[in-house]
Order: sequence, then C-alpha cells, then structure tokens
Amino acid sequence: MSQEQGSSGSRLTTPQVMAADLSGPPQTASPSAGRLVTRPLQSWGRFRRHMPLAALIIQRLALSLVLLWAVSVVIFLGIEALPGDFAQTYLGQSATPQAVANIRAELGLDRPALTRYFEWLGGALHFDFGTSWASGSSVSGQIALRLGNTLFLAFWAAAVSVPLAVGLGMLAVHYRNRMPDRVINVLSLAAISLPEFFVGYILILFIAIKGGWVTFPSTVYEGMSFGQRLEAIVLPCATLVLVVLAHMMRMTRAAILNVMSSPYVETAELKGLDTLRIIARHAAPNALAPIINVVALNLAYLVVGVVVVEVVFVYPGMGQYMVDAVTVRDMPVVQACGLIFAAVYILLNMTADILGIIANPRLRHPR
Amino acid sequence: MRWRAIPLSAWVGLIGLTAALLCALFAPWIAPYGEREVVGDIWLPMGGQFVLGTDNLGRDLLSRLIYGAQTTISVAMAATVLSFSLGVMLSFTAAVVGGWTDQGLSRLNDLMMAIPTLIFALIVLAVLPQELWILILVMAVLDSTRVFRLGRAVALDVTVMEFVEAARLRGEGRLWIIFREILPNTLSPLLAEFGLRFAFAVLFLSTLSFLGLGIQPPEADWGGIVKDNKDGIIFGVPAALIPGAAIAGLAVCVNLVVDWLLNRTASLKGGRGDG
Repeated sequence: MSQEQGSSGSRLTTPQVMAADLSGPPQTASPSAGRLVTRPLQSWGRFRRHMPLAALIIQRLALSLVLLWAVSVVIFLGIEALPGDFAQTYLGQSATPQAVANIRAELGLDRPALTRYFEWLGGALHFDFGTSWASGSSVSGQIALRLGNTLFLAFWAAAVSVPLAVGLGMLAVHYRNRMPDRVINVLSLAAISLPEFFVGYILILFIAIKGGWVTFPSTVYEGMSFGQRLEAIVLPCATLVLVVLAHMMRMTRAAILNVMSSPYVETAELKGLDTLRIIARHAAPNALAPIINVVALNLAYLVVGVVVVEVVFVYPGMGQYMVDAVTVRDMPVVQACGLIFAAVYILLNMTADILGIIANPRLRHPR
Repeated sequence: MRWRAIPLSAWVGLIGLTAALLCALFAPWIAPYGEREVVGDIWLPMGGQFVLGTDNLGRDLLSRLIYGAQTTISVAMAATVLSFSLGVMLSFTAAVVGGWTDQGLSRLNDLMMAIPTLIFALIVLAVLPQELWILILVMAVLDSTRVFRLGRAVALDVTVMEFVEAARLRGEGRLWIIFREILPNTLSPLLAEFGLRFAFAVLFLSTLSFLGLGIQPPEADWGGIVKDNKDGIIFGVPAALIPGAAIAGLAVCVNLVVDWLLNRTASLKGGRGDG
C-alpha cells in the first residue's frame, strides 16, 4: 500500500506548484491586458506573503471544488460517451425501434447530452437528483433517508477504529520487535488480505446465528430508538473496524518509528524518561501529520467498504441503494450515489491535506 | 539461490501459490465432479462423498472451488497484466517526455483517482454490457491509475541519472530509453507491485462478483460462489465461508511472497526501509 502514502505527498505539492504559477506577474502578456490581470494576482501574492496558512488552505479548497466539478463531468458526460443504451437494454433485443424511441423520449434521453448535464448539475447543487427510472420515485428522497444510515454506520466504525488503531500502533512501537509487535504485524497482514464479505459472514455465522447474541439482518427503520439502532449496527460496525484497523495501525507504527529514530528522542531517552511518556509526549505530536493522513485515507476507504458491508448485512444505506440501482441500470440513482460517494471521498482527502498543513509548519513555507 | 535462506513465511506463500496455480491449470483433471453438474441434495454437510459438501443447487463445492480458481486467477491475472502494460507504458512516457504530456497524463490520473475504485467500477458497469472482456478491461483501466502513480515516481528517479542522459546524447529514441534504460532499472519495485496488484485484483474481482456485477453464473468463480451460498448462512451452513477463505488465503500467500522479495531486494539497495 506504499503508493497510497506517496499519493498524499504528491497531492500536497500541487497547490504549491499552482501558487508558483499564480504569484509571479505574467510578464509575457501584452501591457494593456497585463495590467488588468496583474492587479488581482498581485493582491493575491501579498495575501499569500502575509497569511501563508490561510492562502494554502484557500488554494486547497479551490482545488477540491475544481476536482469535484471534474468528477461530475466524468460521472455524467463520460458515462454518456460509453456505448450502451438504457432503452435498448431495458426493452431487450427484440424491441421495435419505435418502442425504443418512445422510452428515450419519455426519459428525456433524446435531448442533447450537454443540456441534460447542465440540468442535472443545477439540480444536484440543490440536492435534487431527478426521479429514478426504475421506480419513478424521487432519488433525493431515498438518499435523504439512506445517507443518514450510512453516515451513522461509518461514524461509529471510525469512532471505534481510530483511537484503537492509534493506541495499538503506539503499543506496537513500545514493544517493537518483541512478541506483541510480531503478533500485531502478522494479524494486520492477514486482515489486509481478508475480503469484507468474508469477515462479515464469519461474524454473522458465529455471533448472530450460532451465538444468537445479536440479530441478523441488521435492518434499521423509522421509529427505532438510538439504543436499538446501535445494537443493530454492532456487527457491520465490527466488520468495518476489522477491515480498516490493521492498515491504520501499521502506518501509525511506521510513522512513530520514523520519529523515534531522530536525535531528540534519543536525548529524551538519555534523560531517563519513561518510554511510554516519550512516545506519547515527544514522538507522537511530530508523527501527527502522517497519522492524520493515514486516518483520513482509511476513512475514505470506509466509504468504499461500506458498500459491500451494507449488502452483506442487508443494511438500508447508500451502498445497498447504489448496488441495486446498478443491477437494473437505473442511471439517475447510480449517478447521484456516485457523485455523493466521490464528494465524501474528496472531502476527506482535502481535510487530511489541510490538517496535514496545519500540523506540519514546514509545509507552509514551500521552498 | 540458497534454499535454506528462504524464510518459513515465504515457503508458506510459495506452496499456497503453487497449489492455487495447479488447481487453476489442471482444473478438469483434479475436480472430482463437473463444474455445473448437480450431484446430490442441496447444502449437504462436509465429509463423506463430497469433501466440502454441496452448494445451493446440489453441485459439489470442491469441484466448484477448483473451477473457480481457474476463472478467478485467470481473469485477475489478465486484468493485472493489462493494467501493468497500460500503466507502465503511460507512466514511463510521462516521465521521459515530461512537459505538457506529463502534466496532462498526471492530472487525468489524479481525476481518475479522485473517485473510489469500486464506486467508479459500479458506475461504469451500470452502463456497459455484461461481458467478460469488458469486465477485464474496466478492472485493468481502473487499476492502471495506481500503477501509473508508482511507475512515474520510480521512472523519474531513473530518468535524471547520467546513463539516461548519455543515451539521450547518443541519439537513442524514446522507445529505447523506456525499454532498455529505464525498465531494467525499475524492475524490482515494479515486480513487487505486480504481486500486490494481483492480490488486489483477486479481491476486487471477488467483490464485484459477490455484488452480482462480475462474472455471471453458471460459471464458477470464488466471489460468485459466496453470493450463491450466502443464504445458507442463516441456516448455519458454512458453504459461503469456504470460497471466502480461499480468496483470503490466496491474497495472504501473494503478500507473503512479495514481502520476502521486497526484503531480499531492499538489502541490495541499502536503506529505504519502511520502518
């Protein structure tokens, strides 16, 4: 998974490269046009010098917005460019051209793709994703119901796994190269290789069916109390925790070990400080930026893991909705869910970068 | 090559991989029953005539598993080889040519990576017809973004070396520089990455099949067998867990071998340990 780590590093450099392009006055432009363009650029340059942190964050936000827009183009127009016709698939091979044309007209597919894209984008900005082709109901209404369920599940998975992973990572550093560290290492290697559905079904078979401690399927519905909801998501939540825990822990361990080899930690050791205190007070704060990055990457991974886990546990969330829509080729639903998943993913990566910039002062002054 | 120098974990990995490959290559000769042959009652327990029991339609689970190895491994391998060819070619071109080509390809790659792989695959598969070569192509293109990222990073390290400059001054073409100068010098990290990407491809294909969007029945593949038998879990039938364990086992074996290869080559280069 080393390439994932590299990705965050190179992502950080992009705003800086852009900044270098923006801050310098455009010398090749003609004088009259140059004056018009230079003024905002100059004031931006001044702002950058005075408040480098704010400027970097604004740049990162802008970059995410551009990325989000580009993703919407890919999800709508890119899909449009692929071969495959909903009307044809829906009616089957033997459909008459007239019937296909009727369906296309009914769904508005006969209008140019660009017009439909702008309508769709305009609607999406107001959280209106049109109506489902399969059921004819409002996509936004369904999403409003299910997004909350998915976020509830992901939130609890994160709330359990993040402190656990960081704590275990510190423990692994404390006992490094001794038995607990080795055990943690082997277990995490195994956990990375386990597919989510395998973990899920093992938990179902042994805890829900044979043990009978919790109920399966993990359905939640309107009018359930908070406690009942928590009880319902115990197993899906445990599955997600097991899936992301190992990777997060391994990276935390690596990040802290990296700092532990620096001279100031040696000084602290020579001063006779207690090892746990050195790890928690001296090493961990400096390992914060990479740890935040790993945490955010894994939370972003939760977004994907949630899809499979919801299908395994028959949990009424976004993932289940999307998979069902894909099997019947219900494009408005697929596109809406895809856009929301991608937006959450981009948002988490952006948060990781911004927190990384705040946590590591060296990133604020790029050389 | 000293056999004694190979650690135990690597042996486990190598033996597991060999067993899986043998199953995949000689499936029709190893499997006791046919792939789609209904041989008994549904969900018979393990042991007796059927070593692993039978599945939801009364087919022999062991035979399904062996045929599944063939499908899963060959499709994952095809996707990985394709994604590597694509990713390595594009990333090396980006690194060697530089300038706008590099910028264009890298930003396009960033855009592709901004959408989670599984979500992207779901969106694309919702439109495209369900055919095997399309599935392989989609997996390969999505996976090649990861290869591109690594390939560009390692190729950039090499392109600034003196011997590449010497080759350029000698007047060698771009293809020569890519295949004769850069490729041999980046082979070891790329090989390790190939193993990891293959393990990911197996997991990814199984996930897609499990969701019903990968390989279509009645063809056996590991993710599909889990999907077929998942209803048995409610009655306490563990049939769905066996192919799941096979997927996990294969992924662990690949990881063990890759770990060993990486450790072996890391000592040659000196440093660059991952802590």
